[in-house]
Amino acid sequence: MPMVASGLIALLKRPHRKLASVLAVGSLGFSLFLSVIAFGHVLSGWAHGAMVREIVSFPWIHVGAGSVDLGWVLDPLAAVMLVMVSFVGLLIFIYSVGYMAHDENFTRFFCFLSLFAGAMLGVVISNSLLLLFMCWEIVGLTSYLLIGFWYQKPAAAAAAKKAFVTTRVGDVFFFLGIVWLFSSTGTLLLYNHGIGSLEGLALANLLTQHAGLGLSAAGAIALLIFAGAVGKSGQIPLHVWLPDAMEGPTPVSALIHAATMVAAGVFLVARVYPLMSIGAPAGGTTAALTVVTWVGAATAVFAALIAIAQNDIKRILAYSTVSQLGYMMAGLGVGGVAVGMFHLITHAFFKALLFLGAGSVIHGCHEEQDIRRMGGLRSDMPLTFLTYAIGMLALCGFPIFFSGFWSKDGILEAAQHSAAIKGPFYLLVFGALLTAFYMMRQVCYVFLGYWRGHQTAHESPKVMTTPLVILAFFAMALGLIGTPAWPWFHAFLDGRAAAISFHSLIEPSFLLVMATSTLVVFFGLGFGWRLYGNKSPKPEEPDALEKSVPWLWAPLRDRLYVDEFYGVTVIAFYAWWARVADWIDRRVWGGIVALVASLFAFWAQLNRLLDINWVDGGFDKTCEEISEGGGLLASLQSGRVQSYLRILAVAVVALALVLYWSSRP
Amino acid sequence: MTTPLAGYLLVAALLFAIGLGGALVRRNAILVLIGIELMLNAANLNLIAFWRFGPHPEALTGMMFAIFSIAVAAAEAAVGLGLVIAIYRHTNTAELDKIDRMKG
Repeated sequence: MPMVASGLIALLKRPHRKLASVLAVGSLGFSLFLSVIAFGHVLSGWAHGAMVREIVSFPWIHVGAGSVDLGWVLDPLAAVMLVMVSFVGLLIFIYSVGYMAHDENFTRFFCFLSLFAGAMLGVVISNSLLLLFMCWEIVGLTSYLLIGFWYQKPAAAAAAKKAFVTTRVGDVFFFLGIVWLFSSTGTLLLYNHGIGSLEGLALANLLTQHAGLGLSAAGAIALLIFAGAVGKSGQIPLHVWLPDAMEGPTPVSALIHAATMVAAGVFLVARVYPLMSIGAPAGGTTAALTVVTWVGAATAVFAALIAIAQNDIKRILAYSTVSQLGYMMAGLGVGGVAVGMFHLITHAFFKALLFLGAGSVIHGCHEEQDIRRMGGLRSDMPLTFLTYAIGMLALCGFPIFFSGFWSKDGILEAAQHSAAIKGPFYLLVFGALLTAFYMMRQVCYVFLGYWRGHQTAHESPKVMTTPLVILAFFAMALGLIGTPAWPWFHAFLDGRAAAISFHSLIEPSFLLVMATSTLVVFFGLGFGWRLYGNKSPKPEEPDALEKSVPWLWAPLRDRLYVDEFYGVTVIAFYAWWARVADWIDRRVWGGIVALVASLFAFWAQLNRLLDINWVDGGFDKTCEEISEGGGLLASLQSGRVQSYLRILAVAVVALALVLYWSSRP
Repeated sequence: MTTPLAGYLLVAALLFAIGLGGALVRRNAILVLIGIELMLNAANLNLIAFWRFGPHPEALTGMMFAIFSIAVAAAEAAVGLGLVIAIYRHTNTAELDKIDRMKG
């Protein structure tokens, strides 16, 4: 498995366009094949009633008596993510072959893309937090490279920098958490036959240590690691980079900012879930999980609010991603690994579908991204419209047939059951309402009404629409493996057997949640339809919502001023601090450096004088002598064969005479 | 009465000297080649003579040696003449004094 990841990357430094794409697609296809095998392996182990957890570890660095170990792990969580990442990734790769066909840096693009996929697979299967962190950072790096792929555009370059720096803030905390974990448990392996840092012994040990503020060491470390996930998954307050990251090519947006990279943060929380949940009272929750839940729920609503008032097709999707990631986090917080991961998987499919659909729209509308300048694409791009509509309904959580419904309901139900805190439940329901509303608004703007752009739109090529169709199929079908009637997915992750029982479908509590969410979804869709359906406003006209509640619209359009807030606080402080550091650098350290430099310069002058007058003189003389000697010898080599022969003959005669005379007694 | 060894050697030495003289003073490459052939044959004569007057005249070693040498000389002459023709074609002359550049 790790070989696939690394081989994938190493192979891809070729300057041939075709070869690059074939290699990228082929290698990812191969890792999909291996992932499916691994998945099948875990599945068969599970069918026998055993929880499969295979570990391969090896020491990396020896430090004193101990060592830092790295390793890989294969368990249901990793297997599910492996298949998801490589499958969605593969579809996106195929799609990019069409999307990037006219780009001159086609090869570079696929090189980065494969590096990204390899690192992502590494994150999924690593059994050591350190290794996970390394792959995590490679993922961050490639995301930087891919967002800034069109680095000629200043906006793209700035967005890349912003993404890199913002996620770095979270990563610093993550790394602190890793170091703390290492110092208190002495190992970074997650699972190691009972002595890994996520297994009973180490967890019990961590629980007894106190870190202040009423937290155990386990809780504090969990929070630090969660901070890393906040950065990567675009949760409040580090969500600002994700919408800007839409400056990259659309397949990148789909791959990184929908399906895989942002999911890495959620995956990380799921991975260290034992650390998060240790010490919870029966039926209760821990401080770490409470924080996760609240941050997730707040993000879900916050981002959904902003998404309402955006006009860039990809930006809406980006905020929707942030919002859905909030759902996943909240799901992890209230319902455990399975609930959050289920939404992660379904979301990966339908959000990749939406992004690729948006890419197809942008492609078809000649690089137009403003939804106010689209419209009526339903008839121009029927296939894109159909698949996009499926993705949109899945995202809204349209009942019964779409995967988003089941996964979102799982979260809502878990939130409702959660004994300790009720607030997140209401937040999440409100978020669902907003989601349905803003998606309806977007679809009305883009696909309904009449065309408001300049050039006519056209449908995208087959290589782009085929992945759309496949993704659309999964966006619908995937929900069926996680319905309450047949909780196959949850059982698989927990290592239990899955029983089919339609009774759970009509349990009153579940019915209530289902009814609520259905109602909310229909209300959101209906409200959106009423405001935007078939209206086709002119691009210059103010938005329907803007007309009715302008005081609400303005802050939403300006993204609730988070960027501006950071601008006047954190960034201003850094700028001031940078100026101070610059002054110190120039005046204090610069002076010392200049002094040392002038000393050395003086010494060098001295050396130079010695060199020229003394060393060089002798050397030059030697060279002259050698050159003269060479000239002398060269005159012997006239090129006349007979003169050589003559010299030879004279020499032989002389030799004969010498021999003759010397042999005489 | 047979001729003594010294007689053969004297003839061979004479032949060698003639060949050497020819190779050194002639200007034409072909004549130089002929001089070289003469020197070679002087050596062959020496081989035969030393064999005939050596300790084992009944073994055919010397004869074999000479025949072998003659065969090689024939090959060498062919190669030499080929070279001369190639040089002539290239420079339009067979005068050795004028062919004093190592490269074309």
